[in-house]
Amino acid sequence: MDDWQNGGFGLYLHWPFCQSKCPYCDFNSHVSAQIDQRRWQAAYLSEIERLGAETQGRILNTVFFGGGTPSLMEPELVAAILDKIRATWPRSNDWEVTLEANPTSVEAGRFRGYRDAGVTRLSMGIQSLNNDDLRQLGRLHTAEEARQAFDIARACFDRVSFDLIYARQHQTLVQWKAELTEALAMSLDHLSLYQLTIEDGTAFGARHDAGKLRGLPEDDLAADMYALTQDLCAAAGMPAYEVSNHAAEGSESRHNLIYWRYGDYGGIGPGAHGRLTLGGQRYATDTPKSPLGWLRKVETTGIGEETRTPVPPQDAAAEYLMMSLRLREGTDLARYKAMAGETPCVETIAEMEEMDFLRREGSRLIATERGRMVLNALIRELLPVA
Amino acid sequence: MTELDKIRNFSIVAHIDHGKSTLADRLIQLTGTVAERDMKEQMLDSMDIERERGITIKANTVRIEYPAKDGQTYILNLIDTPGHVDFAYEVSRSMRAVEGSLLVVDASQGVEAQTLANVYQAIDADHEIVPVLNKIDLPAAEPDRVKAQIEDVIGIDASQAIPISAKSGLGIPEVLEAIVTRLPAPKGDRTAPLKAMLVDSWYDAYLGVVVLIRVMDGVIRKGDRIKMMQTGAVYGIDKLAVLKPQMVDIPELGPGEIGIFTASIKQVRDTRVGDTITTEKKGTDKPLPGFKPAQPVVFCGLFPVDANDFEGLRDAIEKLALNDASFSFEMETSAALGFGFRCGFLGLLHLEVIRDRLEREYDIDLITTAPSVVYHVHMRDGSVIDLHNPADMPDLTHVDHIEEPRIKATIMVPDEYLGDVLKLCQDRRGVQMDLSYAGSRAMVVYDLPLNEVVFDFYDRLKSVTKGYASFDYQMIGYQQDFLVKMQVLVNDEPVDALSMMVHRDRAEMRGRAMCEKLKDLIPRHMFKIPIQAAIGGRVIARETIAALRKDVTAKCYGGDVTRKKKLLEKQKAGKKKMRQFGKVEIPQQAFINALKMDS
Repeated sequence: MDDWQNGGFGLYLHWPFCQSKCPYCDFNSHVSAQIDQRRWQAAYLSEIERLGAETQGRILNTVFFGGGTPSLMEPELVAAILDKIRATWPRSNDWEVTLEANPTSVEAGRFRGYRDAGVTRLSMGIQSLNNDDLRQLGRLHTAEEARQAFDIARACFDRVSFDLIYARQHQTLVQWKAELTEALAMSLDHLSLYQLTIEDGTAFGARHDAGKLRGLPEDDLAADMYALTQDLCAAAGMPAYEVSNHAAEGSESRHNLIYWRYGDYGGIGPGAHGRLTLGGQRYATDTPKSPLGWLRKVETTGIGEETRTPVPPQDAAAEYLMMSLRLREGTDLARYKAMAGETPCVETIAEMEEMDFLRREGSRLIATERGRMVLNALIRELLPVA
Repeated sequence: MTELDKIRNFSIVAHIDHGKSTLADRLIQLTGTVAERDMKEQMLDSMDIERERGITIKANTVRIEYPAKDGQTYILNLIDTPGHVDFAYEVSRSMRAVEGSLLVVDASQGVEAQTLANVYQAIDADHEIVPVLNKIDLPAAEPDRVKAQIEDVIGIDASQAIPISAKSGLGIPEVLEAIVTRLPAPKGDRTAPLKAMLVDSWYDAYLGVVVLIRVMDGVIRKGDRIKMMQTGAVYGIDKLAVLKPQMVDIPELGPGEIGIFTASIKQVRDTRVGDTITTEKKGTDKPLPGFKPAQPVVFCGLFPVDANDFEGLRDAIEKLALNDASFSFEMETSAALGFGFRCGFLGLLHLEVIRDRLEREYDIDLITTAPSVVYHVHMRDGSVIDLHNPADMPDLTHVDHIEEPRIKATIMVPDEYLGDVLKLCQDRRGVQMDLSYAGSRAMVVYDLPLNEVVFDFYDRLKSVTKGYASFDYQMIGYQQDFLVKMQVLVNDEPVDALSMMVHRDRAEMRGRAMCEKLKDLIPRHMFKIPIQAAIGGRVIARETIAALRKDVTAKCYGGDVTRKKKLLEKQKAGKKKMRQFGKVEIPQQAFINALKMDS
């Protein structure tokens, strides 16, 4: 059995366009007035066919439309893509198709069309339930609009998740508690709660470097907010199953679990990354980031991939460790050892257990709640010295 | 050969920025010594650092031919002396090489502390002193007040002070005439055995060591075999020249004359400022009085930021030392900073100049440890140890008592800041020796421990007086006091590079300051870290770095794996560059900042 089968097999499709660029976002997104959706359709279908030929015989677990803003795709385009996918791979019993959507009224009008196309789950970028903060985050919708879009979504789909960004500028613990309480009351089965991260190459990043992004929480406040989030969500029956993701039992994002369990995933679209095990060797794949660059490459060469790099077993093990420790279920050390040939440093693990950052459950290594808050430091300790 | 009565030798005494170098430039220009097209600002300051800081570090000299109003042409030798207290001994030798001084005072600023120290050197050398009031064309100029101040504070007649503007050239002819008419001609016996004073020396890439001399008696000629009386070394003169300011060969130098020679001398270290030079045969056996060997008073460790630069640093230090006999060094190792050198300097400016030159001319990033003075540690067995490095402090059970060097500090300050200055000196364990007024400026003289001065005293002084105070000092000797070695412990591990000698009464304050600084400089770890300052086993200050509470990437999906893993690996590699103290990793930058002399 190939290692990837411990995680499953999913397909990620990247739609690179947005109505406008949000100041915190470092994803591969572009604002473009004219998009020829038929031309894009042909490229996506061609890539699905190519990938299908390479992964023949596999069962596909999940599809994820990410972006950008995939809710700007015409439902017909989504339908054509999903038709092609269904024709290419057999589907698993726990089949899941997620699409990321922005909660504007225009986009909400397409939700039914997505459902009819075969989307089973919607992930909405609500980000805040507070209009001032939405403006500051550069969002084009209001909180009221978001609530309405969410109601439409839950009428169309059994599974709807939404994202919130917290630890925002000037946000207090009390304010966040109120906002999160409200969010938990309206939520269905899944929530992604991200602390605002200032990334290089974003408008916030530039403002931060210039010393003009004020009121960001100090580490201690951010830590308090994180701890509060864990407590409130757990009490509401939506415990964290990953650092920033909360779900009712059984409602976890199956697609994202493939990443964290270090399964295989194909990446289609501009800037989409993949991990594919072919002939027993795991490869990292990526594609041109520029939308037109990718489109032309697919059209002229029939191959959207730009690089396909073998991942040495040690690196694969490190990637598995880094991803799986984010999960409440943790890392299977037996699996890690099978990949790397050895376990992470036993003394380090013992020391971190002693300090209540890690715990063992059979062959699993799990970050405690304390440990998850300092996961980067933990992983740095556990990673072998290069 | 020049007749004695046609020679005038002089120096210029001035405070920084009062116009010494500009006046020298004008004298050179007006007499046509340097062609107009070759003139540049601060003609005599040859080092970049000298031009940049507006200070003179090496003595420089220029020979000017001046046709005076009496129809005779005179040879004027200007020796431009270092103006800083660190080079007080060099200044004193330069002063002995000339007969008179121009005292340049900024007509808007008045007399400053540094002017005083140098003018006293001139008075000690029996100079005739001609006061010159510079910047007379500034609206703020107050020539009468400044003349009165010169008379009050320095005690010399200022009624004949010459008003000038070195910038515009106003009054320069009068200065040249005054040099001839008011300064005495040198004395000397042409027939006596050669007696010349070694005023300064430097290394020239083409000529080797160049020696600046003033002939007192006798004659020195090209080809002569000469002897350095301190070292006993004998050399043959290869080249004899005067400086205009470029070298112009000359067959001989007689009494009263100033010039340079080269003699295949390999290192500046082989020449001693103040030494007497005579002929190998039939020379004098009476050296000139006043010779003193160079004595470093301030020590610090210099470590390369990048350990791979150690050999480069060694080369650079050795090269600099070739040209600076007053700078001493020996290898030092520190658990915190690796391999480096313990270096001795004449004072803080000397330290800064050497450090700047190492960083600039040799392109090496340096960590400078806290400067320390030389303590006399009197042991119970009666022996005395010169302690240059707190790390070498012997076990206290063997120590009887410790003495520290003290200085006489002269501070001139506008009245309104006097209170703050007195408080600063008092806080630094100073003992007031004198307090007097000249107009609205106070002159304060304090007996202060040098170790309080090497630690940010000058910066504090500048800050409490908004830069209006001037400061100078001289060493006055050693005195017993209650001195202790303060150690810094990070997570209970002593950090050698941060230990220092302090007075017992000041230890808490210094310890608290160091702990607070380190608290901000050491990154949070996964556990809390106590930082302590301790004397012996007793903790006198303590801070705690709280444990890291949050360091986690909020979003990490399929597209982030490669990038995030590389980032974590890079961070992990970065940790290897940190210095490990037990379980604590201290970034190099933390040492640099904790030890930084706030400049």
